[in-house]
Amino acid sequence: MSDIPSELRYRESHEWVRDEGDGTAVIGISDHAQEALGDMVFVELPEPGMSYEQGEACAVVESVKAASDIYAPVTGEVIEANSQLEDTPELVNTDPYGEGWLFRIQLSDASELDGLLDADAYAEQAES
Amino acid sequence: MSRRTPLYDAHVAAGAKLVDFVGWEMPINYGSQLDEHHQVRSDAGMFDVSHMTVVDVRGRETRQFLSRLLANDVARLQQPGRALYSCMLNESGGVIDDLITYFMDEEWFRMVVNAATRDKGLAWLERQAHESDFRISFTEHLEMAMIAVQGPLARDKVHSCLPADVLDEVTGLKSFSAIQKSGFFIGRTGYTGEEGYEIVLPDRQAAAFWDRLLQAGVKPCGLGARDTLRLEAGMHLYGQDMDEDVTPLECGLGWTVAMQNDRDFIGRAALEKQKADGLQRKLIGLVLEGRGVLRPGQKVVTAEGEGVTTSGSFSPSLQKAIALARIPFAASGECEVEIRGKRLPARIVRPPFVRNGKPCEGM
Repeated sequence: MSDIPSELRYRESHEWVRDEGDGTAVIGISDHAQEALGDMVFVELPEPGMSYEQGEACAVVESVKAASDIYAPVTGEVIEANSQLEDTPELVNTDPYGEGWLFRIQLSDASELDGLLDADAYAEQAES
Repeated sequence: MSRRTPLYDAHVAAGAKLVDFVGWEMPINYGSQLDEHHQVRSDAGMFDVSHMTVVDVRGRETRQFLSRLLANDVARLQQPGRALYSCMLNESGGVIDDLITYFMDEEWFRMVVNAATRDKGLAWLERQAHESDFRISFTEHLEMAMIAVQGPLARDKVHSCLPADVLDEVTGLKSFSAIQKSGFFIGRTGYTGEEGYEIVLPDRQAAAFWDRLLQAGVKPCGLGARDTLRLEAGMHLYGQDMDEDVTPLECGLGWTVAMQNDRDFIGRAALEKQKADGLQRKLIGLVLEGRGVLRPGQKVVTAEGEGVTTSGSFSPSLQKAIALARIPFAASGECEVEIRGKRLPARIVRPPFVRNGKPCEGM
């Protein structure tokens, strides 16, 4: 059973979003996803300043097993990417909701968060 | 219906992530295949390889039979216990399997054959024996388990787990040789490029022996690490790097084919013709210059034409992606690999990529 924090929102493609309450959100991939992908070896993060529509491919995580596209769970402009992942991509495996965060986004439309899955809905979908 | 080895419970207890591997439920890792890889390169790790096929060939005509069956020459096996790595070919020179053969005595040779090719391999052996009327017998040891312990500290740790009489036999065992004592068959062989042993023992003793090895500080390692280790060591995987559609000469295994004398073996004529006509393809190593992961089945673009990667992964010891690839015979130097729509530069190299735990020169 993977860890699915209740305060986060999720996309069915296994990204999580944390609303920072100040118009920004932090994005990463779930424990379920990192467990399925295995050891991370490279993470390609979006450049600060780039804008993405909800659902648009914006990053790639490459594990020993496969490369996976990461889709923007909400629309907005990237303001920061987790530079630690350049040298220590394994943080995505060991701490997917903390130090393994991928990037921070300036939200264009906070109401998009309501349309995302909550922890229970994600659990049901992910573990089925 | 997935089969389980006698070590299944041990894998579950160790937190294994289990996957289906040719009909067997096997551990792909126990948490991190990267950690397991480093464990073998720096210390000692162990692999459950009980799914592999152990076949004893017995009878006065065994040596003659193997001399015809194998592309490498069993005449090299004169010292009891000596092992030989060889391919078994079909009449077109295509590789049916790669295997290790141990000479135990003149009427007993032991073959260890891949799990994936068990049915095909055994059928081929029976057919070749029957067609040429060799008076030999085959015994497949389904009641035996096999554990490979590998790494610079592997042999010492195994020694600390062996009964005294077995330890006596194993002390001073030469590389690429085996002994049989008190139910243990121990070969100083491996599939990682490190020192170590491959140990065949009765099913019912396997779990207890695994536990002794755990107590001695040997860590369980899964199929994921097994693949990155063998690839770094430049070792082939049947079904990826070679199959029935290629000859050993086209996949970097020319060194395992013994044609210096007149010995007749299955596939010899086809290989001689291929040599006379000139080889069109070869198997080489690739190192990706930048970020990315090489995987099997990626297109390789060289100045002399296209090829394909046959095996590929991220090399934990080099911290770069490496691959084996089949490319046009004349190609060398730089090339490009197509990865998810992009062409990335790669360097053609001669494997192995890692030796004695360190990157080889130029990697």
